[in-house]
Amino acid sequence: MSIFIDTAYILSALLFGLGLKLLSSPATARRGNLLSALGMFIAVVVTLLNQQIIDFKFIAVGILVGAIIGVLAARLVAMTAMPEMVALLNGFGGIASLLVGWAEYNANTEPTNFLAVTIFLTVLIGGVTFTGSIMAWAKLKEIWIGNFGISKALVFPGQQVFNSLLLAAIVASGVLFVADIGPGYTVFYVAIGLAFVLGIMAVIPIGGADMPVVISLLNSYSGMAACAAGFVIQNNILIVAGSLVGASGIILTNIMCKAMNRSLGNVLFSGFGSVVTAGKSGEQGEAQPISVEDTYYLLEAASSVAFVPGYGLAVAQAQHAVKELAVLLENNGCEVRFAIHPVAGRMPGHMNVLLAEADVPYDQLVEPEDVNPIMETVDVCVVVGANDVVNPSARDDETSSIYGMPIIEVDRAKTVIVMKRSMAAGFAGIQNPLFFLDNTRMLFGDAKASMQGLVSEFKRD
Amino acid sequence: MAEFVFLAFILMLSIFLGFELISKVPATLHTPLMSGSNAISGITMVGALIAAGAESNQLSVILGTLAVVFATINVVGGYLVTNRMLSMFKKKEDDKK
Repeated sequence: MSIFIDTAYILSALLFGLGLKLLSSPATARRGNLLSALGMFIAVVVTLLNQQIIDFKFIAVGILVGAIIGVLAARLVAMTAMPEMVALLNGFGGIASLLVGWAEYNANTEPTNFLAVTIFLTVLIGGVTFTGSIMAWAKLKEIWIGNFGISKALVFPGQQVFNSLLLAAIVASGVLFVADIGPGYTVFYVAIGLAFVLGIMAVIPIGGADMPVVISLLNSYSGMAACAAGFVIQNNILIVAGSLVGASGIILTNIMCKAMNRSLGNVLFSGFGSVVTAGKSGEQGEAQPISVEDTYYLLEAASSVAFVPGYGLAVAQAQHAVKELAVLLENNGCEVRFAIHPVAGRMPGHMNVLLAEADVPYDQLVEPEDVNPIMETVDVCVVVGANDVVNPSARDDETSSIYGMPIIEVDRAKTVIVMKRSMAAGFAGIQNPLFFLDNTRMLFGDAKASMQGLVSEFKRD
Repeated sequence: MAEFVFLAFILMLSIFLGFELISKVPATLHTPLMSGSNAISGITMVGALIAAGAESNQLSVILGTLAVVFATINVVGGYLVTNRMLSMFKKKEDDKK
């Protein structure tokens, strides 16, 4: 029987690998996801044949409760809330692995050194993933505690020292646990507690705009936790699947870091966005506002328009309005593109999902390196709720804290319309010289309302 | 110890495979890739099932059952939400139909 189970696990691993491969092209992605789900289904079903399993009562209850919650959450979540959903799911994966490690320790309180090490690592990674994800979720939800917005980067004096002590304590508890010195269970509980604190401490100094990095990193951790649990129960399928996820999370994290021209260490420890770095903010000049009507005349005459969405698009829920405007522009004989920066929004691919929800075909979405070379040929660039990713300081101003970050060079378009609520600075806390350029016009107000205004102008004739 | 070497071998090969498989994902698919791969990390469910079903002792069963709940949410929620997102991704030609 065990040979049968192991063979089925090989099939599952194959389906996971194939599924991930197919996920890398929009045309086959859906099939890839189904294959991967099939792999999971096979793995779960054959596990139930395992002879160690005697009682199915609790399993049935657990699966039923989990499936109901999972189905409801997946059905009901709004597309704009997808980053929060992904953060929570990461966290659930982490806590599940922690519990598996704990259950194994409880069933076997005198583990061999090898088992003790793997249990410790599972609990550590699982715990960090869990509380880290919950913190990330709270930051994405923009929960406020008193008058402190949790989504801001939180840096306090002595943070580095505290974190170093925390790490030292974790290493010490690990050594005590593995060497079986002291009361085993107490050491184990302390280790869980320390892992929870580490997860929180790791995420609090990270600001809203860096969320894409954190989410992909936590994604990677959830895979590593499963992988470590695989070592605990000596199960190949957990190791294979867990490390596939771990690797994919690391790749995404790396793409996000590159898109911000920052190292992972810099994102994790610098508390970016908490300190307002001025740059050369002196000579700003005056921003030139524009009305909806005048914007309409510009767009009506344009033969090429590029929209540049940012987190503001999600906040204003303007994705459907922008799609409507894009269709009207196309019917008007204009070429429409959506230029999307990899870190726009709060998670990797955030803007793409929102626009897909609004039925924007994915071949209209272009990346910075595709649109920048042809920027001079774009008549009107419409920036919707994006700021730092279009800030020319990143290219021109060596003193700027975002210097070197690849941007969408909208300032090189013939005209730039910036849709914005007010003149406030972006998440990085730096002024944007783009707003004061001769070819920039500011369309103040709610992005959705402005879009709808433009749509009705178009429909009037 | 031989067991460890064997497991470490598998670990190394699958990390390598993961990097090779995923390095070329277009930006459009970053979110579905994340939620889809996250669902795969729910594979820890296999361990949870064994813990919840083995009549070893009460606490282990409770912990295992809780793990089954969380891992199931992870798996079911992850795959469904990924499918929901992917069903929205359309090419231009599909649009005109």
